[in-house]
Amino acid sequence: MFTINPFAEMSAYIPAAVMQAYIVVMVLFVIGGTVLDMLHKKSAEYFFENAKKAEKAAKRTVSGGEKASLAIQTLTNEVLTSAEFANPKRRISHIFTMYGFILFAATTAIMIFAYPTPATPTPGIIPLLWHVGALMLCFGGYWFWFSIRVDVNSEGKKWYKLDRADLFVVSLLMTCTFALIWSILQSAGVSGLSTLAFVLFILSSTVLFVGVYFSKFAHMFFKPAAAYQKRVTRADGSNENLPYDYDLSDPAVHKRFPDIPEYMGKNPPNMGLGIKRESPNHY
Amino acid sequence: MPTFVYMTRCDGCGQCVDICPSDIMHIDKSLRRAYNIEPNMCWECYSCVKACPHHAIDVRGYADFAPLGHSVRVHRDEEKGVIAWRIKFRNGKKDMDLLAPITTKPWGQEIPQLADVAAPSDEMRNSELLFNEPKYVRLDDGGLHTLESNGLKLKEGVYY
Repeated sequence: MFTINPFAEMSAYIPAAVMQAYIVVMVLFVIGGTVLDMLHKKSAEYFFENAKKAEKAAKRTVSGGEKASLAIQTLTNEVLTSAEFANPKRRISHIFTMYGFILFAATTAIMIFAYPTPATPTPGIIPLLWHVGALMLCFGGYWFWFSIRVDVNSEGKKWYKLDRADLFVVSLLMTCTFALIWSILQSAGVSGLSTLAFVLFILSSTVLFVGVYFSKFAHMFFKPAAAYQKRVTRADGSNENLPYDYDLSDPAVHKRFPDIPEYMGKNPPNMGLGIKRESPNHY
Repeated sequence: MPTFVYMTRCDGCGQCVDICPSDIMHIDKSLRRAYNIEPNMCWECYSCVKACPHHAIDVRGYADFAPLGHSVRVHRDEEKGVIAWRIKFRNGKKDMDLLAPITTKPWGQEIPQLADVAAPSDEMRNSELLFNEPKYVRLDDGGLHTLESNGLKLKEGVYY
Protein backbone atom coordinates (compact mmCIF):
# COMPACT_ATOMS: atom_id res chain seq x y z
CA MET A 1 0.00 0.00 0.00
CA PHE A 2 2.76 2.46 0.97
CA THR A 3 4.79 1.67 -2.13
CA ILE A 4 2.00 2.44 -4.63
CA ASN A 5 2.07 5.79 -6.42
CA PRO A 6 -1.47 7.13 -5.76
CA PHE A 7 -1.17 9.78 -8.51
CA ALA A 8 -0.43 7.15 -11.20
CA GLU A 9 -3.62 5.33 -10.20
CA MET A 10 -5.49 8.63 -10.43
CA SER A 11 -4.27 9.27 -13.98
CA ALA A 12 -7.06 6.99 -15.23
CA TYR A 13 -9.55 9.72 -14.27
CA ILE A 14 -7.49 12.93 -14.41
CA PRO A 15 -4.97 13.43 -17.24
CA ALA A 16 -1.35 13.75 -16.10
CA ALA A 17 -1.08 17.11 -17.85
CA VAL A 18 -3.84 18.53 -15.63
CA MET A 19 -2.06 17.36 -12.47
CA GLN A 20 1.21 18.84 -13.73
CA ALA A 21 -0.52 22.12 -14.60
CA TYR A 22 -2.02 22.20 -11.07
CA ILE A 23 1.46 21.91 -9.52
CA VAL A 24 2.80 24.72 -11.73
CA VAL A 25 -0.15 26.97 -10.85
CA MET A 26 0.34 26.29 -7.13
CA VAL A 27 4.07 27.15 -7.37
CA LEU A 28 3.10 30.42 -9.09
CA PHE A 29 0.59 31.13 -6.31
CA VAL A 30 3.32 30.59 -3.68
CA ILE A 31 5.70 32.96 -5.47
CA GLY A 32 2.97 35.57 -6.04
CA GLY A 33 1.62 35.25 -2.49
CA THR A 34 5.08 35.64 -0.97
CA VAL A 35 5.86 38.75 -3.04
CA LEU A 36 2.47 40.31 -2.21
CA ASP A 37 2.96 39.43 1.47
CA MET A 38 6.35 41.16 1.48
CA LEU A 39 4.95 44.24 -0.24
CA HIS A 40 1.94 44.44 2.07
CA LYS A 41 3.80 43.96 5.34
CA LYS A 42 6.78 45.95 4.05
CA SER A 43 8.92 43.27 5.66
CA ALA A 44 11.64 43.47 3.00
CA GLU A 45 11.75 47.27 3.31
CA TYR A 46 12.03 47.01 7.11
CA PHE A 47 14.62 44.25 6.81
CA PHE A 48 16.95 46.27 4.56
CA GLU A 49 16.46 49.47 6.57
CA ASN A 50 17.32 47.58 9.73
CA ALA A 51 20.35 46.00 8.07
CA LYS A 52 21.55 49.46 7.01
CA LYS A 53 21.07 50.78 10.55
CA ALA A 54 23.04 47.83 11.93
CA GLU A 55 25.82 48.45 9.41
CA LYS A 56 26.06 52.06 10.58
CA ALA A 57 26.38 50.92 14.20
CA ALA A 58 28.94 48.22 13.32
CA LYS A 59 32.22 48.18 15.23
CA ARG A 60 34.05 46.23 12.53
CA THR A 61 33.46 45.11 8.95
CA VAL A 62 32.66 41.48 8.31
CA SER A 63 34.64 40.05 5.39
CA GLY A 64 33.12 38.06 2.53
CA GLY A 65 34.63 34.80 3.78
CA GLU A 66 33.24 35.40 7.24
CA LYS A 67 29.83 36.12 5.76
CA ALA A 68 29.94 32.83 3.86
CA SER A 69 30.80 30.97 7.06
CA LEU A 70 27.92 32.76 8.85
CA ALA A 71 25.59 31.67 6.04
CA ILE A 72 26.74 28.06 6.47
CA GLN A 73 26.23 28.31 10.24
CA THR A 74 22.72 29.70 9.67
CA LEU A 75 21.98 26.81 7.33
CA THR A 76 23.23 24.12 9.71
CA ASN A 77 21.68 25.61 12.85
CA GLU A 78 18.62 27.76 12.27
CA VAL A 79 17.49 26.23 8.97
CA LEU A 80 18.28 22.52 9.20
CA THR A 81 17.77 21.99 12.93
CA SER A 82 15.32 24.81 13.84
CA ALA A 83 17.80 26.06 16.46
CA GLU A 84 15.93 29.32 17.03
CA PHE A 85 13.30 27.63 19.18
CA ALA A 86 14.03 27.88 22.90
CA ASN A 87 11.24 25.40 23.66
CA PRO A 88 12.54 21.88 22.85
CA LYS A 89 9.03 20.48 22.27
CA ARG A 90 8.26 23.13 19.67
CA ARG A 91 11.65 22.55 18.10
CA ILE A 92 11.10 18.78 17.70
CA SER A 93 7.56 19.29 16.44
CA HIS A 94 8.84 21.90 13.95
CA ILE A 95 11.58 19.56 12.69
CA PHE A 96 9.02 16.81 12.06
CA THR A 97 6.63 19.18 10.31
CA MET A 98 9.35 20.82 8.23
CA TYR A 99 11.07 17.66 7.01
CA GLY A 100 7.68 15.97 6.57
CA PHE A 101 6.53 18.83 4.34
CA ILE A 102 9.76 18.84 2.30
CA LEU A 103 9.54 15.06 1.74
CA PHE A 104 5.83 15.24 0.95
CA ALA A 105 6.08 18.18 -1.47
CA ALA A 106 9.22 16.94 -3.23
CA THR A 107 7.98 13.37 -3.74
CA THR A 108 4.58 14.68 -4.93
CA ALA A 109 6.35 16.71 -7.63
CA ILE A 110 8.60 13.76 -8.58
CA MET A 111 5.67 11.36 -8.83
CA ILE A 112 3.53 13.74 -10.89
CA PHE A 113 6.25 14.87 -13.28
CA ALA A 114 8.43 11.74 -13.61
CA TYR A 115 6.00 8.86 -13.06
CA PRO A 116 2.55 10.26 -13.90
CA THR A 117 0.97 7.05 -15.29
CA PRO A 118 1.19 3.32 -14.55
CA ALA A 119 3.02 3.06 -17.92
CA THR A 120 6.14 4.46 -16.20
CA PRO A 121 6.41 2.32 -13.06
CA THR A 122 7.39 4.27 -9.92
CA PRO A 123 10.31 3.00 -7.81
CA GLY A 124 8.79 1.83 -4.49
CA ILE A 125 10.97 4.19 -2.43
CA ILE A 126 9.30 7.38 -3.75
CA PRO A 127 5.70 6.60 -2.69
CA LEU A 128 7.14 5.23 0.56
CA LEU A 129 8.89 8.56 1.22
CA TRP A 130 5.65 10.39 0.29
CA HIS A 131 3.75 8.42 2.94
CA VAL A 132 6.54 8.84 5.51
CA GLY A 133 6.53 12.60 4.82
CA ALA A 134 2.76 12.81 5.29
CA LEU A 135 3.00 10.80 8.53
CA MET A 136 5.81 13.01 9.85
CA LEU A 137 3.73 16.09 9.01
CA CYS A 138 0.75 14.59 10.84
CA PHE A 139 2.86 13.67 13.88
CA GLY A 140 4.55 17.08 14.24
CA GLY A 141 1.43 19.02 13.27
CA TYR A 142 -1.11 17.24 15.46
CA TRP A 143 1.32 17.26 18.38
CA PHE A 144 1.57 21.03 17.96
CA TRP A 145 -2.17 21.44 17.48
CA PHE A 146 -3.48 19.30 20.35
CA SER A 147 -0.72 19.62 22.91
CA ILE A 148 1.76 22.44 22.40
CA ARG A 149 -0.75 24.99 21.09
CA VAL A 150 -3.37 24.08 23.68
CA ASP A 151 -0.81 24.27 26.49
CA VAL A 152 0.10 27.77 25.48
CA ASN A 153 -3.58 28.60 25.46
CA SER A 154 -4.31 27.04 28.82
CA GLU A 155 -5.99 30.29 29.72
CA GLY A 156 -9.13 29.12 28.03
CA LYS A 157 -9.00 28.74 24.28
CA LYS A 158 -9.86 25.21 23.10
CA TRP A 159 -8.19 23.29 20.27
CA TYR A 160 -11.27 23.60 18.06
CA LYS A 161 -11.33 27.41 18.15
CA LEU A 162 -9.85 28.55 14.85
CA ASP A 163 -8.28 31.87 13.94
CA ARG A 164 -6.93 33.39 10.77
CA ALA A 165 -3.46 32.85 12.24
CA ASP A 166 -4.16 29.10 12.12
CA LEU A 167 -4.81 29.07 8.36
CA PHE A 168 -1.37 27.75 7.52
CA VAL A 169 -1.12 24.93 10.06
CA VAL A 170 -4.74 23.82 9.62
CA SER A 171 -4.60 23.71 5.81
CA LEU A 172 -1.23 21.93 6.00
CA LEU A 173 -2.62 19.33 8.41
CA MET A 174 -5.75 18.82 6.34
CA THR A 175 -3.65 18.40 3.18
CA CYS A 176 -1.47 15.63 4.59
CA THR A 177 -4.34 13.96 6.48
CA PHE A 178 -6.64 13.77 3.44
CA ALA A 179 -3.71 12.72 1.24
CA LEU A 180 -3.06 9.76 3.53
CA ILE A 181 -6.77 8.86 3.78
CA TRP A 182 -7.13 9.10 0.00
CA SER A 183 -4.10 6.90 -0.66
CA ILE A 184 -5.23 4.26 1.87
CA LEU A 185 -8.85 4.19 0.59
CA GLN A 186 -7.73 4.11 -3.04
CA SER A 187 -5.40 1.16 -2.51
CA ALA A 188 -8.17 -0.57 -0.51
CA GLY A 189 -10.50 -0.10 -3.50
CA VAL A 190 -13.15 2.04 -1.74
CA SER A 191 -13.95 4.22 -4.74
CA GLY A 192 -16.68 6.61 -3.47
CA LEU A 193 -14.98 7.61 -0.22
CA SER A 194 -11.56 7.78 -1.84
CA THR A 195 -12.92 10.32 -4.38
CA LEU A 196 -14.30 12.38 -1.49
CA ALA A 197 -10.92 12.22 0.29
CA PHE A 198 -9.18 13.24 -2.96
CA VAL A 199 -11.50 16.24 -3.41
CA LEU A 200 -10.85 17.33 0.21
CA PHE A 201 -7.09 16.80 -0.31
CA ILE A 202 -7.08 19.05 -3.39
CA LEU A 203 -9.31 21.60 -1.66
CA SER A 204 -7.06 21.87 1.39
CA SER A 205 -3.86 21.96 -0.66
CA THR A 206 -5.38 24.73 -2.80
CA VAL A 207 -6.23 26.70 0.37
CA LEU A 208 -2.67 26.11 1.62
CA PHE A 209 -0.97 27.44 -1.52
CA VAL A 210 -3.48 30.09 -2.59
CA GLY A 211 -3.68 31.44 0.97
CA VAL A 212 0.05 32.27 1.20
CA TYR A 213 -0.78 35.98 1.30
CA PHE A 214 -3.09 35.49 4.32
CA SER A 215 -1.15 32.83 6.20
CA LYS A 216 2.36 32.43 7.60
CA PHE A 217 3.45 30.17 4.76
CA ALA A 218 6.09 32.68 3.66
CA HIS A 219 7.99 32.32 6.94
CA MET A 220 10.05 29.57 5.33
CA PHE A 221 11.56 32.16 3.01
CA PHE A 222 12.18 35.14 5.27
CA LYS A 223 13.08 33.39 8.55
CA PRO A 224 16.46 32.15 7.24
CA ALA A 225 17.26 35.67 5.98
CA ALA A 226 16.44 37.14 9.40
CA ALA A 227 18.53 34.47 11.18
CA TYR A 228 21.49 35.21 8.91
CA GLN A 229 21.16 38.96 9.51
CA LYS A 230 21.11 38.32 13.28
CA ARG A 231 24.40 36.42 13.00
CA VAL A 232 25.94 39.24 10.94
CA THR A 233 24.98 41.84 13.58
CA ARG A 234 26.60 39.66 16.23
CA ALA A 235 29.78 39.37 14.19
CA ASP A 236 30.09 43.08 13.33
CA GLY A 237 29.58 44.24 16.93
CA SER A 238 26.34 46.20 16.39
CA ASN A 239 24.56 43.25 18.01
CA GLU A 240 21.12 44.93 17.94
CA ASN A 241 22.38 47.21 20.72
CA LEU A 242 22.79 44.20 23.00
CA PRO A 243 25.83 43.92 25.28
CA TYR A 244 28.86 41.91 24.19
CA ASP A 245 29.43 38.34 25.16
CA TYR A 246 32.44 38.81 27.43
CA ASP A 247 35.12 36.20 28.06
CA LEU A 248 35.35 36.19 31.86
CA SER A 249 38.91 34.83 31.91
CA ASP A 250 40.23 37.67 29.72
CA PRO A 251 42.61 40.00 31.67
CA ALA A 252 41.28 43.01 29.71
CA VAL A 253 37.76 42.24 31.00
CA HIS A 254 39.19 41.89 34.55
CA LYS A 255 40.82 45.29 34.26
CA ARG A 256 37.64 46.92 32.96
CA PHE A 257 35.26 45.19 35.37
CA PRO A 258 37.24 44.51 38.59
CA ASP A 259 34.16 43.03 40.30
CA ILE A 260 34.46 39.92 38.16
CA PRO A 261 37.88 38.68 39.41
CA GLU A 262 37.17 39.94 42.94
CA TYR A 263 33.97 37.99 43.48
CA MET A 264 34.16 35.23 40.91
CA GLY A 265 37.89 34.54 40.56
CA LYS A 266 40.11 34.88 37.52
CA ASN A 267 38.60 31.92 35.70
CA PRO A 268 35.00 31.53 36.88
CA PRO A 269 33.47 28.04 36.49
CA ASN A 270 30.34 27.28 34.52
CA MET A 271 27.53 28.14 36.94
CA GLY A 272 24.99 25.86 35.26
CA LEU A 273 21.38 26.81 34.75
CA GLY A 274 19.42 29.01 37.15
CA ILE A 275 15.80 29.79 36.33
CA LYS A 276 16.16 27.88 33.08
CA ARG A 277 16.52 24.58 35.00
CA GLU A 278 12.74 24.46 34.97
CA SER A 279 10.82 24.69 31.73
CA PRO A 280 8.20 27.42 31.82
CA ASN A 281 4.75 25.88 32.31
CA HIS A 282 3.07 27.80 35.08
CA TYR A 283 0.86 29.93 32.92
CA MET B 1 7.86 53.09 30.06
CA PRO B 2 6.45 49.59 30.13
CA THR B 3 7.73 46.51 28.36
CA PHE B 4 6.91 45.67 24.77
CA VAL B 5 7.60 42.58 22.67
CA TYR B 6 9.27 42.33 19.27
CA MET B 7 6.79 39.94 17.69
CA THR B 8 9.26 38.61 15.14
CA ARG B 9 11.70 37.59 17.87
CA CYS B 10 9.23 35.98 20.33
CA ASP B 11 8.56 32.26 19.99
CA GLY B 12 6.00 32.01 22.79
CA CYS B 13 8.23 29.99 25.16
CA GLY B 14 6.56 31.47 28.26
CA GLN B 15 9.65 32.37 30.35
CA CYS B 16 8.38 35.96 30.71
CA VAL B 17 4.92 34.74 31.73
CA ASP B 18 6.44 32.62 34.48
CA ILE B 19 8.75 35.28 35.85
CA CYS B 20 6.54 38.40 35.75
CA PRO B 21 5.86 39.43 39.38
CA SER B 22 2.71 41.31 38.30
CA ASP B 23 1.41 38.47 36.11
CA ILE B 24 0.87 40.85 33.23
CA MET B 25 2.98 39.11 30.59
CA HIS B 26 0.62 36.77 28.75
CA ILE B 27 0.69 34.72 25.57
CA ASP B 28 -1.64 35.98 22.86
CA LYS B 29 -4.22 33.28 22.24
CA SER B 30 -4.21 33.38 18.47
CA LEU B 31 -0.71 34.58 17.60
CA ARG B 32 1.00 32.62 20.39
CA ARG B 33 3.40 35.46 21.13
CA ALA B 34 3.93 37.19 24.45
CA TYR B 35 2.51 40.62 25.16
CA ASN B 36 2.03 42.95 28.09
CA ILE B 37 -1.68 42.78 28.91
CA GLU B 38 -1.70 45.80 31.22
CA PRO B 39 1.10 48.27 30.54
CA ASN B 40 -0.18 50.58 33.29
CA MET B 41 0.60 47.94 35.88
CA CYS B 42 4.16 47.35 34.68
CA TRP B 43 6.75 48.77 37.02
CA GLU B 44 9.68 47.97 34.73
CA CYS B 45 11.41 45.48 36.98
CA TYR B 46 13.11 44.09 33.85
CA SER B 47 12.52 40.50 35.06
CA CYS B 48 10.98 39.47 31.72
CA VAL B 49 13.58 41.42 29.73
CA LYS B 50 16.34 39.46 31.48
CA ALA B 51 14.54 36.11 31.33
CA CYS B 52 13.71 36.21 27.60
CA PRO B 53 16.04 33.81 25.77
CA HIS B 54 15.55 35.69 22.48
CA HIS B 55 15.90 39.27 23.77
CA ALA B 56 12.43 39.81 22.33
CA ILE B 57 11.30 42.12 25.13
CA ASP B 58 12.45 45.68 25.40
CA VAL B 59 11.78 48.69 27.59
CA ARG B 60 12.27 52.34 26.81
CA GLY B 61 14.11 53.66 29.82
CA TYR B 62 13.19 56.91 31.57
CA ALA B 63 15.05 60.13 30.96
CA ASP B 64 16.49 60.08 34.48
CA PHE B 65 19.49 57.98 33.46
CA ALA B 66 19.87 58.82 29.77
CA PRO B 67 18.24 61.33 27.42
CA LEU B 68 15.14 59.96 25.69
CA GLY B 69 15.68 58.03 22.50
CA HIS B 70 18.42 55.90 24.03
CA SER B 71 18.57 52.13 24.03
CA VAL B 72 19.08 50.11 27.19
CA ARG B 73 19.49 46.40 26.65
CA VAL B 74 20.53 43.56 28.91
CA HIS B 75 21.88 40.04 28.59
CA ARG B 76 21.64 37.77 31.62
CA ASP B 77 24.03 34.84 31.19
CA GLU B 78 23.20 32.18 33.75
CA GLU B 79 25.98 29.80 32.82
CA LYS B 80 28.64 32.48 33.18
CA GLY B 81 26.86 33.88 36.24
CA VAL B 82 26.97 37.49 35.02
CA ILE B 83 24.64 40.18 33.78
CA ALA B 84 25.71 42.61 31.07
CA TRP B 85 24.04 45.92 30.22
CA ARG B 86 24.56 48.22 27.29
CA ILE B 87 23.25 51.75 27.22
CA LYS B 88 23.52 53.63 23.98
CA PHE B 89 22.54 57.27 23.56
CA ARG B 90 20.43 58.34 20.65
CA ASN B 91 23.39 59.99 18.88
CA GLY B 92 25.04 56.55 18.84
CA LYS B 93 28.31 57.99 20.16
CA LYS B 94 27.90 57.37 23.86
CA ASP B 95 27.91 53.60 24.16
CA MET B 96 28.32 52.27 27.70
CA ASP B 97 28.82 48.76 28.98
CA LEU B 98 28.38 47.29 32.40
CA LEU B 99 29.17 43.79 33.61
CA ALA B 100 28.39 42.45 37.07
CA PRO B 101 28.33 39.05 38.79
CA ILE B 102 24.94 37.64 39.71
CA THR B 103 26.27 34.57 41.47
CA THR B 104 29.64 33.43 42.74
CA LYS B 105 28.76 29.74 43.16
CA PRO B 106 26.92 27.32 40.85
CA TRP B 107 23.15 27.75 40.92
CA GLY B 108 21.05 25.59 43.21
CA GLN B 109 23.93 24.03 45.16
CA GLU B 110 24.28 26.34 48.14
CA ILE B 111 20.70 26.17 49.38
CA PRO B 112 20.66 25.85 53.22
CA GLN B 113 19.42 22.37 54.17
CA LEU B 114 17.09 23.38 57.01
CA ALA B 115 15.73 19.83 57.24
CA ASP B 116 19.15 18.67 58.48
CA VAL B 117 19.23 21.18 61.36
CA ALA B 118 18.50 19.62 64.78
CA ALA B 119 14.86 20.01 65.86
CA PRO B 120 14.24 22.55 68.65
CA SER B 121 13.85 21.24 72.20
CA ASP B 122 10.72 21.97 74.30
CA GLU B 123 12.60 24.72 76.10
CA MET B 124 13.44 26.35 72.78
CA ARG B 125 9.86 25.98 71.61
CA ASN B 126 8.58 27.84 74.67
CA SER B 127 11.19 30.55 74.35
CA GLU B 128 10.42 33.92 72.84
CA LEU B 129 13.43 33.59 70.54
CA LEU B 130 13.05 32.56 66.94
CA PHE B 131 14.15 29.08 65.85
CA ASN B 132 17.75 29.01 64.65
CA GLU B 133 18.16 32.67 65.45
CA PRO B 134 21.71 33.87 64.71
CA LYS B 135 23.72 34.65 67.82
CA TYR B 136 24.38 38.14 66.48
CA VAL B 137 20.82 39.24 67.12
CA ARG B 138 20.67 37.87 70.69
CA LEU B 139 20.56 41.11 72.65
CA ASP B 140 19.98 39.19 75.90
CA ASP B 141 23.35 37.51 75.53
CA GLY B 142 26.31 39.82 75.83
CA GLY B 143 24.75 43.18 74.99
CA LEU B 144 24.82 44.92 71.63
CA HIS B 145 26.60 42.95 68.94
CA THR B 146 28.69 44.75 66.38
CA LEU B 147 30.55 43.54 63.33
CA GLU B 148 33.81 44.29 65.11
CA SER B 149 32.86 42.44 68.31
CA ASN B 150 32.02 39.40 66.22
CA GLY B 151 35.15 39.58 64.11
CA LEU B 152 33.21 40.38 60.93
CA LYS B 153 33.96 42.90 58.21
CA LEU B 154 31.53 44.77 55.97
CA LYS B 155 32.04 43.89 52.32
CA GLU B 156 30.62 45.64 49.32
CA GLY B 157 28.85 43.78 46.55
CA VAL B 158 27.51 40.26 46.09
CA TYR B 159 28.88 37.51 48.32
CA TYR B 160 27.62 34.54 50.29
